[in-house]
Amino acid sequence: MYAQMVKSEGNSGEQTPEEEAFQARIDAGERIEPKDWMPEGYRKTLVRQIGQHAHSEIVGQLPEGNWITRAPTLERKAILLAKVQDEAGHGLYLYCAAETLGISRDELTRQLLSGKMKYSSIFNYPTLTWADMGAVGWLVDGAAIMNQVPLQRTSYGPYARAMVRICKEESFHQRQGYDIMMKMAQGTEAQRRMAQDALNRFWYPSLMMFGPSDKESVHSEQSMAWKIKINTNDELRQKFVDQTVPQAEYLGLTVPDENLKWNEETGHYDYSQPDWQEFFDVLRGNGPCNTERLEARREAWEDGQWVRDGMLAHGEKKRMAKVAAE
Amino acid sequence: MSSVSPSAYPETGEKGGKSKAEWPLWEVFIRGQHGMSHRHVGSLHAPDADMAIKHARDVYTRRNEGVSIWVVESSSIAASSPSDKGPMYEPSNAKVYRHPTFFDIPEEVGAM
Amino acid sequence: MTRDEALFEFLVRMGDNTLVLGHRVSEWCGHAPVLEEDIALANIALDLIGQTQLWLGLAGEVEGKGRSADDLAFHRDAWDFRNLLLLEQPNGDFGRTMMRQFLFDAAHIGLLEALKDSADPRIAEIAAKSAKEVAYHVERSGDTVIALGDGTSESHDRMQKALDRLWPYAGEVFIDDAVDEELAGAGIAPLPSTLKDAWEARVRHVMAEATLKIPEDDFAHKGGKSGFRHSEHLGHMLTEMQWLQRAYPDATW
Repeated sequence: MYAQMVKSEGNSGEQTPEEEAFQARIDAGERIEPKDWMPEGYRKTLVRQIGQHAHSEIVGQLPEGNWITRAPTLERKAILLAKVQDEAGHGLYLYCAAETLGISRDELTRQLLSGKMKYSSIFNYPTLTWADMGAVGWLVDGAAIMNQVPLQRTSYGPYARAMVRICKEESFHQRQGYDIMMKMAQGTEAQRRMAQDALNRFWYPSLMMFGPSDKESVHSEQSMAWKIKINTNDELRQKFVDQTVPQAEYLGLTVPDENLKWNEETGHYDYSQPDWQEFFDVLRGNGPCNTERLEARREAWEDGQWVRDGMLAHGEKKRMAKVAAE
Repeated sequence: MSSVSPSAYPETGEKGGKSKAEWPLWEVFIRGQHGMSHRHVGSLHAPDADMAIKHARDVYTRRNEGVSIWVVESSSIAASSPSDKGPMYEPSNAKVYRHPTFFDIPEEVGAM
Repeated sequence: MTRDEALFEFLVRMGDNTLVLGHRVSEWCGHAPVLEEDIALANIALDLIGQTQLWLGLAGEVEGKGRSADDLAFHRDAWDFRNLLLLEQPNGDFGRTMMRQFLFDAAHIGLLEALKDSADPRIAEIAAKSAKEVAYHVERSGDTVIALGDGTSESHDRMQKALDRLWPYAGEVFIDDAVDEELAGAGIAPLPSTLKDAWEARVRHVMAEATLKIPEDDFAHKGGKSGFRHSEHLGHMLTEMQWLQRAYPDATW
């Protein structure tokens, strides 16, 4: 997902009375708020998860931003720009949520740029044709929504509230992607080829977004007890496949998986696992676009330093002048 | 070309240094279309109050959400402490007469 | 030149200005110095793209050859574009982008305010809608120019460089020609030269607050508005912008 393989800081030993009371609050469905007592592990895990989620939104601007200046109509340009702008907004909301846990946005950014913090593997794949704008909206946002909707009920108040806002705004993202795919699939021969090619390239990376199977993961178990992770990776992935396959059929496109078939018994589709070696390679920095993505973010950050400094200096001068006048 | 001597400007952030000054955090409150009170919608970073209002307009009213914006620097907010929850809020639980459903009004009286 | 020909020319100028500047500003998406500015720039670009649809849409209607706003945006070559040279200048750093924005916004708002009283109700309507958006643009870009001009020594120097670099392109918008005279005579649009004083007053005020020095030389490059001689930058922009439409002319998107 946007936050993949977040290592949970759970303690395996005895719980202190404070920790027990904390867990009881979560079990009772109470929200944890910034000033409440919380176990250090809960705080650290959340910083990691929300931070990773925020970074994914920001880095996620790049693959789609890649097509804003080449959008084929004025309307498509406006829609795409509005969508990528929303991603920036979502990153902003999430950074603010993380900041309530005692870490600054600048510090989170530095950790992203130094490689200490990660972002979703999916954004290390290139967008090569206009159909990729469709595929990203349809598949990538579709997968993201699957994870984000349940997170509206997550135990940490600021995170849950950010997710509510994000989900409300996201609702048009997947639709605009599918809308592009429909146009392409019903279009010329070249457009249909582009659409199929985009599905071929984005299918498995989209499945990877949910992360490897975590049925037996201790981290996952702790995060689920804390309600900062709501479903297992496999549950969400299955749900995504079940939802997406009929949508692909409607488009007349072929999901690139020979083993894909409806299973009457389970009531779900059987499907092939993605190449997990590729996933780990991407996480280690060897995806097709890791270098460019981080470079772009680093450049924006470094080139923008004088702007942030300049505006702050002016703001301080204004404040001083106001104090002097009083 | 510059008409003002550079020494008139404070140097912020040492070159290549790690820790640089960060824009302060602001809390944003927006009053929507329907005359409700200002409501907290989120936060953002801005160099000063004027820019915070502009950023709030750009970040938090993209979907026509608001007609009036308040911003306040987060560090200026005084908040109740969570451990006071009992004494702060529970006493009001007992004052059930503050809620309209406390009173039984005969149906024939009509809507009230 | 008939009235409709002049009108078409004028509308294309309006639409190409917003199209080209909107495109330039959209190039920042995902690369701005800080998230809040990234979002703000996208809002400006979105406003400009929306205005483009209105101006070029009306241009196509006036022309009467069945060309849509998209046809005009994506299927004309550089010599048929009528945007100001200022707007096709590359973004440069954030400071230059905001300086370009302010110099144009300050002219744009004056023009739109005047167009609200246009004898052509279609133009008055578009102007009224656009003026609301641009009133915010000019306030924001003006404040940013002031903040960065007045900020640190580095930001001051960069803003001064931006002003020096762009100043020779600032005056083109106020040069009158036959199209302007035709439309001014009919009460459809103001004569651009009549808007210059108000623009200059605003620009002087902002630059003074920004502690920036306006270059004394008021030479103005021209050739964008008339289409006679664009800069080399426009062709590259159009190559990128129009590529899909031209590579797949029979496709709909």
